[in-house]
Amino acid sequence: MALLEIEDLEVEFPNRHGTLTALRGINFTLDESERLGIVGESGAGKSMAAFAILNLISEPGRISKGRIVFEGRDLAKLDEEEIRAIRGDRISMIFQDPMMTLNPVLTVGVQMIETLKAHRDISDEDARKLALARLREVQIPSPEARLDAYPHELSGGLRQRVVIAIALLSDPAIIIADEPTTALDVTIQAEVLALLLALCRDHATALILITHDLAVVSQITERIIVMYAGSIVEAGATRQIIDTPQHPYTIGLIAALPEQNAPGQPLNQIRGSMPSLNNIPPGCAFAPRCDYATDICHRIVPNLTTAHGQSVACHHAGQLQPQESVRDTERAVS
Amino acid sequence: MKAADFISFLLRRGVQALVVMFVISLIGFSIQGNLGDPLRELVGQSVSEAERNALRDRMGLNDPFFVQYSRFLGNAVQGDLGNSYFFKRPALDVILDKFPATFELVLAATLIIIGLSVPLGIYTAINPHSWITSIVMAVSIVGISIPVFLTAIFAIYIFSVQLGWMPSFGRGDTVELPWGWDSGFLTLDGLHHLILPSIALSSIMLPLFIRLIRGEMMEVLQSEYVRFAWAKGLSKRRIWYVHALKNTLIPVISLGGVKIGTLIAYTILTETVFQWPGMGFLFLEAVNRVDTPLIIAYIIVVGLIFVVTNTLVDLIYTLVNPTVKMVGSGS
Repeated sequence: MALLEIEDLEVEFPNRHGTLTALRGINFTLDESERLGIVGESGAGKSMAAFAILNLISEPGRISKGRIVFEGRDLAKLDEEEIRAIRGDRISMIFQDPMMTLNPVLTVGVQMIETLKAHRDISDEDARKLALARLREVQIPSPEARLDAYPHELSGGLRQRVVIAIALLSDPAIIIADEPTTALDVTIQAEVLALLLALCRDHATALILITHDLAVVSQITERIIVMYAGSIVEAGATRQIIDTPQHPYTIGLIAALPEQNAPGQPLNQIRGSMPSLNNIPPGCAFAPRCDYATDICHRIVPNLTTAHGQSVACHHAGQLQPQESVRDTERAVS
Repeated sequence: MKAADFISFLLRRGVQALVVMFVISLIGFSIQGNLGDPLRELVGQSVSEAERNALRDRMGLNDPFFVQYSRFLGNAVQGDLGNSYFFKRPALDVILDKFPATFELVLAATLIIIGLSVPLGIYTAINPHSWITSIVMAVSIVGISIPVFLTAIFAIYIFSVQLGWMPSFGRGDTVELPWGWDSGFLTLDGLHHLILPSIALSSIMLPLFIRLIRGEMMEVLQSEYVRFAWAKGLSKRRIWYVHALKNTLIPVISLGGVKIGTLIAYTILTETVFQWPGMGFLFLEAVNRVDTPLIIAYIIVVGLIFVVTNTLVDLIYTLVNPTVKMVGSGS
């Protein structure tokens, strides 16, 4: 049985004009110690999906449908205290911007020890020892001194290591990392990613990596989910998706990678922009930007269908010969 | 904080305070010639013009402005702010006699403000949809809009005139403490007299503080580190009262300290309505009598109180906020 099973998840935001559906029909599973990437552009709902798992969607958003089964329990149905006990203990999170994630007026030590104390009976001394061990594990130099430091005394890279150490404290089953390297310098990004990968392997921790960066997920994850306008448009094994993308959106994303372009040539891009959630077109949400869209795409929402372990939500799936299209763009720019 | 940092902080702030006090004294002194003829207050109508001029010469009132000012400053540094025309005593002594009454009134109002605004600000921030919040916010709008003297008069009318529960004027019984400090805090009658004036005085700042704390707290509750605190599985109490409150109070301290200082300005109104024998009441009387030395002495004393409270607030701010280095520590 999978470690985490998400079935038909839907998140709604009631507002003055009615209800906004931010996520619809989200289905996926995560196995123990599996690394899963969720990809899409900003506003696609990938962070929303991550926050929904721990019921951390900010007001007035709410989970309106679906189940989030983790260790035999539906997280969407837990009361406040039950879900609190899981947050930061069995499932922990890493946020995007380490400059903003740590509380500026509390020392690193306080912020680590309070996390441990929120989940178990532990003496200050033992908590401090464990915190130190985790700081060592994330390769922070002179951890004793860092424990008494305030966040502003650390660099961005060190702060993100502290955040990772906090996420690791209770040896969770799952770490959800929401754009963990986006706010970091490019040189530090690779270090932090390598560290995260190594730690997940050592602890056999499952990872959900949320990013807009296909290059990052392709290095780290075993499976990928591609999201667009609040729905999953394609899902499958990482290699499969990168080598043979089926959905026109995924094809466009891969073609837009800088590596796909010849030097000196303009970058490939997907024309147009993602529709806002209160203005999703009636048929396939991607149809207005899609080069392959036909009449049916503008009228009927495509279902996610699976063939050879790869799921695609496209009326023309399998007919597009995506490898051709990628190669076409390559030829066109070279 | 290192001791050296602390000393350089005090030195720097000391110099700043001197500059501010110099400017205040200059302004205070320069109004002297514009408040009417002090001779009239001193000698009355029956003295001839020639005698008046002789007296002016003797008092140095015909000297150039800067000669007069430097003489004034020289005396002021030695604690001599001139004699009150009306009381015929040193103006500073007259003011300092009234200082305890004003100080205790401001202190009581401050305690009311802090004691109510912190819990109400927190409550309204974490329960934005509660009906209690709606009531608090509505009442606070009304409170901001009504001037202090009107609140004071209403309070007297209801609680003194109609209900007869509260005394309407004066300080009641006071106890003499060392250094001539007469305190109303130590007698029941004194405390009884303090209730209405301190509530009236706090009425203008209390709504402001509730809104300030609520606004700051709501903003902090939206921050990433509070979101992360939720994701760490911390309890509500810890998130609200440690993570959010600490960050809320830091800006409130720096803004609030200045606002508490301005309470002293409002004591003029409150003390007048309640016939409270403090500095504000004295100041209004001095204005009516064109008692210029007393007016100037009041301005300088109040200026000094402002400078001292602001310095204290800055000191507290740097002590509670780890991200701010000591102002003026140079590193």
